[in-house]
Amino acid sequence: MTAHTEAAVHGHEDHHGPPPAHQSARIDSRVLGMFLFIASEVALFGSFFAAYFFIRVVNPESTIVEPERWQTWPPAPYEFPVFVAGVNTAILVTSSFTMHWAVQSIRRGHRRGLQAGLVATILLGLAFLLTQAIEYAHVGFNTSDGAFASAFFGLTGLHGAHVFIGLTLLTIAAVRAFRGHFSPGHYHGVEIPGIYWHFVDVMWIVVYTTMYLL
Amino acid sequence: MKNPLRDEAAAFQLVLLSLGYFAPIALASWISTWLGLAVFGILTVVAFAALRGGRQQRAALHVGRAAVDDTRRVLVVANETVGGRELLDAVRERAVPGAAVLVVAPALNSRVRTWASDEDHARHEAQRRLDDSLERLQEVGVQARGEIGDGDPVQAIEDALRSFPADEIVLSTHPPGRSNWLERGVVGAVRDRFDVPVTHVVVDLEGQTATP
Repeated sequence: MTAHTEAAVHGHEDHHGPPPAHQSARIDSRVLGMFLFIASEVALFGSFFAAYFFIRVVNPESTIVEPERWQTWPPAPYEFPVFVAGVNTAILVTSSFTMHWAVQSIRRGHRRGLQAGLVATILLGLAFLLTQAIEYAHVGFNTSDGAFASAFFGLTGLHGAHVFIGLTLLTIAAVRAFRGHFSPGHYHGVEIPGIYWHFVDVMWIVVYTTMYLL
Repeated sequence: MKNPLRDEAAAFQLVLLSLGYFAPIALASWISTWLGLAVFGILTVVAFAALRGGRQQRAALHVGRAAVDDTRRVLVVANETVGGRELLDAVRERAVPGAAVLVVAPALNSRVRTWASDEDHARHEAQRRLDDSLERLQEVGVQARGEIGDGDPVQAIEDALRSFPADEIVLSTHPPGRSNWLERGVVGAVRDRFDVPVTHVVVDLEGQTATP
């Protein structure tokens, strides 16, 4: 649209404020904001992962010369609750499915599906946090038991904090969903928390694989 | 590469892809550390190949000209070369009576500024070049209208074709060696992307300045 046409459309003579800001045609500013936020989150997680891998590499019981001894992570006599964390992984991955169901529902105009999907996602997120809290209580070591323990609590705790933030966003979206704020043409308030939730899920898959399994 | 977090569906797809990436690595590592490393290497190469392949799989955009009317439409895309003699001659040849000519001047901007929607200065400069261009075309007897386009010339053309189904695209650049668009393969990209005849006009502004 040319500047002249735009002025005509907006009724230039009646307009008293500043001209509307130009925006990139390729990306919505709200999505851009979310993208930049997640980029900063990746940097934050990246610093924690860097610390974790450093600790793991300098661990005297692990050496690349004898790869079989890599199995000694975490250092004896400690063990990570791999099975419980695996169940938690299943819970979180399932919550991504329910989140996706919620967004797809509102895109098709099914408000009940949106509401049910959001409630299910919140419940699964709460189950994840509860399981993680129980895991912490029974893990058998504390932050004072070595650098590996600090890395473990740092990474999983950082992720847990993000789950909590995601749950807060989802709760706001759910309240709005029950008040009928969303429609097939207007569901940005669900989609943005959805993107965040999936990102948190992806980060957990990385944390679980590198921390617990490998 | 597309932004994997551009919308909720894409982010959900990323979750599934992450599972598909990490699960085999973890499983193979459980069997043997070296097998895990091998699976990691193979999956990483496959992932990179898929990402690179995805960049080349953009389908050609069909422009529905027949459904509009019989008016011949010429889309002219130029930036710094808008006032060049070669371009003016090429447009004049095509501007037969009854033809519609639309000139698009991409608002060239840095990538960071584009992403931050800081485009005011770029659009102002593009508007200035566009006004000059339309004035020059009017001087040689061509009636044209103009628009400011996206900073990416291919995107600018795609945007323009939505409302102006052109019969021909005239794309003007500096000569090889001095043209950023040629360096980036813009002409080839436009030919691949749109099923519209594309005429590439090279404008040597330095040569025109040197010639009395």
